[in-house]
Amino acid sequence: MTTEAIYAKLLPIIQGYLPEDVDTSQVHPDSDLTRELNINSAHLVDIVLDVEDTFDVEFANEDMENLRTMNDAIAIIHKKIN
Amino acid sequence: MQPSFKAILDQLPYSRPFLFVDTLEAVSEEGITGTYRFKEDEYFYKGHFKNRPVTPGVILTECMAQIGVVCLGIFLTGTISKENALIALSHHEVTFYKAVVPGELVTVVSKKIYFRFNKLKCKVQLRDPTGALVCEGVISGMLQKKSS
Repeated sequence: MTTEAIYAKLLPIIQGYLPEDVDTSQVHPDSDLTRELNINSAHLVDIVLDVEDTFDVEFANEDMENLRTMNDAIAIIHKKIN
Repeated sequence: MQPSFKAILDQLPYSRPFLFVDTLEAVSEEGITGTYRFKEDEYFYKGHFKNRPVTPGVILTECMAQIGVVCLGIFLTGTISKENALIALSHHEVTFYKAVVPGELVTVVSKKIYFRFNKLKCKVQLRDPTGALVCEGVISGMLQKKSS
């Protein structure tokens, strides 16, 4: 799967957990999910669970620790499915 | 009450007037059951409502969270303690069916939906002594050790 294809499937997952006052247009590949997009740590877990279902992968604790931005998520998913 | 249940209660980071757990009756990897009797003199009855004391829904939710998520979380992690715990409610959605009056004993039954990456999500029910459903919902919390 290409980076673009992963991004296209990841974006709607992220958008589903944005707080009301964060516009979807603020989401960029290098956006910090918690610091910039204000996604809380519990929703970050929900995002990972959704990602696991969507891409049929499993995140380890170290993956979670390395997950800060959309690009991080794409890199982790890319590594796991290829 | 079993000594292991007492050990869980001893680690709770709450005290009166905001401790809403008396006893635990069953604990496993999959869920927990515990009770609390709302004392006649709980602080909130004076104002909720004027001249008609009824347990506030937020307090029933707190009772469900303390037993159903925090006590279960202590059991599942085995590492949370008053000194090093980071505990935070992250989400709850609760539906209420009947009132709880001063002096009433309630039983909370919680079933784990998942516990991953420090997030514990549970389906929780609170019942009165007749077994009637008082309220139920889904409650999630983050439980982890402080890193420093």
